[in-house]
Amino acid sequence: MLNNNKKSLLLSASVALAATLASGVQAAETLDAVKAQGMLKCGVSTGLPGFSAPDENGDWQGLDVDICRGVAAAVFDDPSKVQYVPLNAKERFTALQSGEIDMLSRNTTWTSSRDTALGLNFTGVTYYDGIGFMVNKSLGLDSAKQLSGASICVQSGTTTELNVADYFRANDMAFEPVVFDTSDQTVRGFEAGRCDVLTSDTSQLYSLRIKLSDPASAEVLPEVISKEPLGPVVRQGDEQWFDIVKWTLFAMFNAEELGVTSENVDEMKANPPNPKVARLLGVNSDFGESMGLSADWAYKIIKNVGNYEEIFARNVGKDSALEIERGLNALWTEGGLHYGPPVR
Amino acid sequence: MARPSTPPPGRQKPPFWRDPAKRALFFQAVLLLAVFGSIGAIVSNTLNNMQAMGISTGFGFLDDRAGFGIIQSLIDYSPASSYGRTFVVGLLNTLLVSALGVIAATILGFVIGIARLSPNWLLARLASAYIETFRNIPLLLQIFFWYFAVLRALPSPRDSISLGEAVFLNVRGLVMPEPLAQPGLVWTLVALVVAIVASIVLIRWNRKRQDATGERVPAGWISLGLIAGLPLLVFLISGRPLTWAMPELQGFNFKGGMTIIPEFTALWLALSIYTAAFIAEIVRSGIQAISHGQTEAARALSLSNGFTLRLVVIPQAMRVIIPPLTSQYLNLIKNSSLATAIGYPDLVAVFAGTTLNQTGQAVEVIMMTMAVYLTISLLVSMFMNWFNAHVALVER
Repeated sequence: MLNNNKKSLLLSASVALAATLASGVQAAETLDAVKAQGMLKCGVSTGLPGFSAPDENGDWQGLDVDICRGVAAAVFDDPSKVQYVPLNAKERFTALQSGEIDMLSRNTTWTSSRDTALGLNFTGVTYYDGIGFMVNKSLGLDSAKQLSGASICVQSGTTTELNVADYFRANDMAFEPVVFDTSDQTVRGFEAGRCDVLTSDTSQLYSLRIKLSDPASAEVLPEVISKEPLGPVVRQGDEQWFDIVKWTLFAMFNAEELGVTSENVDEMKANPPNPKVARLLGVNSDFGESMGLSADWAYKIIKNVGNYEEIFARNVGKDSALEIERGLNALWTEGGLHYGPPVR
Repeated sequence: MARPSTPPPGRQKPPFWRDPAKRALFFQAVLLLAVFGSIGAIVSNTLNNMQAMGISTGFGFLDDRAGFGIIQSLIDYSPASSYGRTFVVGLLNTLLVSALGVIAATILGFVIGIARLSPNWLLARLASAYIETFRNIPLLLQIFFWYFAVLRALPSPRDSISLGEAVFLNVRGLVMPEPLAQPGLVWTLVALVVAIVASIVLIRWNRKRQDATGERVPAGWISLGLIAGLPLLVFLISGRPLTWAMPELQGFNFKGGMTIIPEFTALWLALSIYTAAFIAEIVRSGIQAISHGQTEAARALSLSNGFTLRLVVIPQAMRVIIPPLTSQYLNLIKNSSLATAIGYPDLVAVFAGTTLNQTGQAVEVIMMTMAVYLTISLLVSMFMNWFNAHVALVER
């Protein structure tokens, strides 16, 4: 009997150990670790066309994926040196906290609590989004205000789950939440008629609509009920790595603003039209050293991955199946919100 | 030949390090210290690391507003409730599906286990087929099967299958009228309690009388009549103090009435059917463990087949059945956490899922969840051990 007690004590001790180890790891120097493993481990979604999803060859494609590739290009001059780790909404922060991934680029909304209480830092905004509602066209709805009493499919562990509850409460409407783990399951639930409404970030709705067997049967209602700034996330406490991920995105914005594309970047580097381009591409200057990168870090990003306009167009914009307008996601010079601080 | 000399008469006590009892005590104390020491080290290391990483700790989050909706709740819950309440809602949902699963799996398992031993060839083969099919397919796939294949074939709310315009079946679940108690219903409940107590008394009296005189009255039928009849009589006399909230199709869904959501049905069916296959085998092994001589002896006393099973075989088989049955119950309870795969709001989906993600307090939430499953399992084990002792063969 005593023996049994001892065994069970030991057992519970090892269970507790397993539970706590997950949060005990801390990578002090992420850049060195990434270089040492020869790979950037990047957390992405479990499949959201346009943002992060494997194509028919099994290669990951999307706006969020291109941020990972940009960071890999800046570090290794090779955008393919990325190991993608598909995560659902519930797993993503734990995976980053525990050091399983080096950065998270997975349509994640920047909120105060996530930024301050989780030991994480958001490095910027890759896409300005907001929650919308997708319904079956046959219902003949034209406003989200008509949704009282509806069953709503939503992915668990997202800000959507909270914002939808807020919206229905504020408008004094009832709803029935049908909560699934992955966005794929929410689509299946919607198609099977388990819910009347599929809700998510508007960009995701367009992306999920492609997955329906008959995309034309569904429509997205005009209301956008929340602010959802999506961006990459890194662990707190490693400022150098934070800077690298942050400035990878800023380099893409600046490149678009200065007209530097993956096609003309060689020409621009050989023959900079103005000092701003010269500084961005590291001609006669070195702004990469302080980040632990080479002087031509931004050149590598743009050459290998492209500027923000190219990335946007091929993944979610005019050259993609989603055909999303730039809208808020245009540069500040064109009435949007994206603004890259100057490189100097 | 003289044997080696015995120790001298004035033998000293050995030093304490050679005393086996004291040595054992010492090593146990060392082990205990080591265990508690390592637990302490783990806890403080975790806390330090989390502080260094800027992750908030503590249980204060339980009072914060949760802000998300839950589809099925046995208590009052709204998005304005606290995270602590989401814990209770999830816990109750887990207990609900586990308890109903245990009941259904037990009944189904006993029926199929006995059917497998039936002399009826078809019945025995059907039972074997059932067992071999359901215990050899992974439970998760069975849950998916019931949820996606069976329940998804149901019509939309507008085209519901309806039974007398009161009960509706559709892809959103089974909608039924909800009984609303009116004042005065309490007397019906009192009548029910009285009837149950009277039945127990009657059965005990009957048994004593049978032991003494060999005569018996059909106590089972009388009790059944009492339990069904007395409350019904009181209910009618007190003027039927019960109204029904009828479900009505309004807009997207049915309003009023109560709904059994398909996620619950799928999980409950899958858990019951899967576990019943194991229980059936346990029941079969228990019955076969009773030597055939017992049955023959009962026949020789001219007991009928039913009596043989009820009075001779099953009571002895229970001793063999109960310990493995306990494990199956524990398995079923733990397996209910697969709910998260189809979106049934159990403890793991609601608390260790959404609440964990919205608060980011993984260590606290996972600890609480593990503690809950441990507590439930230990309580079930304790009860089953008590029950086992109760049915154990009394050796005379």
